[in-house]
Amino acid sequence: MKPRPAYRVFRVVALAFVVLSLLAPLLWMIAASFKTNVDIYDPGKALAFSPTMGNYAKVLQQANYVEFIVNSLWVAFAATVASLILGLPAAYSMSRFNMRKSALVVLMARVIPGVSLLVPWYYVFSNLKMVGGFGVLILSHMFVALPLVVYIMMGYFDSLPEELEEAGLVDGLTHIGAFRRIMLPLSVPGIATAGILSFIFSWNNFMFALVLSDADTKTLPVAIFDFVGYASIDWGGLMAAATVVTLPIMVIALFVQKYVVSGLTAGATKG
Amino acid sequence: MATITTTKAPPSAPDTPGWVRWVNDHRKWLFAAPAMTFVAALLVFPLAWTGYLSLTDAEGSVRAESEFVGVQNYLDVFSDTARFWPAVGRTVTFTVVALLFEVVLGMAIALLLWRPFKGQRWVRVAILMPLVATPVAVGMMWRLIFDPNIGMANQILGWVGIGPQPWLAGQHTALPTTIFIDVWQWTPMVTLILLAGLTSLSDEPQEAARIDGATTWQRFRHVTLPLLMPTLTVAILLRGIDALKTFDILYATKGRGGGSFHEVETLNVYAYGLSFDYNEYGVSSTVLILFFLIIIGAMWALTARRKEAKR
Repeated sequence: MKPRPAYRVFRVVALAFVVLSLLAPLLWMIAASFKTNVDIYDPGKALAFSPTMGNYAKVLQQANYVEFIVNSLWVAFAATVASLILGLPAAYSMSRFNMRKSALVVLMARVIPGVSLLVPWYYVFSNLKMVGGFGVLILSHMFVALPLVVYIMMGYFDSLPEELEEAGLVDGLTHIGAFRRIMLPLSVPGIATAGILSFIFSWNNFMFALVLSDADTKTLPVAIFDFVGYASIDWGGLMAAATVVTLPIMVIALFVQKYVVSGLTAGATKG
Repeated sequence: MATITTTKAPPSAPDTPGWVRWVNDHRKWLFAAPAMTFVAALLVFPLAWTGYLSLTDAEGSVRAESEFVGVQNYLDVFSDTARFWPAVGRTVTFTVVALLFEVVLGMAIALLLWRPFKGQRWVRVAILMPLVATPVAVGMMWRLIFDPNIGMANQILGWVGIGPQPWLAGQHTALPTTIFIDVWQWTPMVTLILLAGLTSLSDEPQEAARIDGATTWQRFRHVTLPLLMPTLTVAILLRGIDALKTFDILYATKGRGGGSFHEVETLNVYAYGLSFDYNEYGVSSTVLILFFLIIIGAMWALTARRKEAKR
């Protein structure tokens, strides 16, 4: 049934308001990143300003952001790959053999406050001389990514019919062969979803890197704070830094929208 | 324990080496073990240690000697009306108010997006943006917008004749402002989950109600909402847990200790400060254990409701 015209008008107006409220602040941030600090302080220059690349020059050259971008990329990439390697077989097993209690243990990682793990981690990893290194950062980000992979992939394996695997067994594959040659190739969309979500969550993670990284290994969310001084804030630099951190992830999400949405809503409708 | 679904495997070829057969027969645990070990090592053992630390007077350095003090920390924390209880209050206020707005707004937006229309794809893209944005960057962005002197928020208020507000800088306005930021960033999450739930509903109950002459509100209240209840509970559960643990935007907007008057100091921020600003490991572990229990309690209450709703 077609909605009534009055409702359609209301819907357009309401959704336009929603979209504006969600996007305007982000656009404002990006606009400010192209302004000089003088222009940021002048309300008359809200929209009419002469754009400058000065803030980005500051962020990328003086503030060493190229290094932090590489750090963030490396940590997120390594944590995602490692989580997929550990998580895919685990999710498969938990789905096929209905290991709900084991799954619950892994999902506890999503529930527990990170701070409660950081003190013991800090102690253990500083004894191992790992604090400040990439190893411990990747491990801590895996702690975020692995439960996501298991959660998303369990749902995905649940949806694949077991008969496909049995057909492989009849054709002489071993169980592990069937997993590798039948189930994994069929799961590529699920793996993409899990991988993308892991990457985003690792990229955005702040608390673990705040404690476990040092000046050379810090990731972008920690590096943002370089622009917040005790006395004053370099707003132009800060907005450029915030844009550098968050714009890439928004652009990626734009292109792989479908996967991001299915990952974020995974398992929600099973009841 | 888990039930094992036995698939009839054909007998392996006779030339299969023994170890391959062993690996295949034990694949259930071999597959699950690495991930389980990883999580257990990084979760169970540290959690147990936090539990132990909460019974000691550990402070200063993680390597320093500490003494077992029994439940003294718990008694101290329970009688701490200066930092602990206000932090509990803020945590609960933040979570309940933010969740309330996120569920109501999220539901409204999901209903608007339910039926296909031209341009829906673009609205969905817009909805996704806050959700994937880095929370710390989001905090910084709102810090500029809510700046009392140069921020856009007071500009806009000025246009409609309302005087400037202190927003994040005010002792009483800081917490509501951070709640607003949380609502801005996470309402889309609720919308996406509910939208997934809505699209999975069948049209028949709707049609039947329509034929029976039910109004739009009646159809929502008595048909859509009950059917959507399981999905709504999942959304509340996922969002609620994350809201309780909010850290990034609070730290980004107010810094250490939740501001100079601890205006936005929630349990997570308080525990972080105790651990890493004051090195009070014993007390911070106590706060964390209590915090963890609150989270588990909230989850338990919600899942109990969910099971009841299913019956």
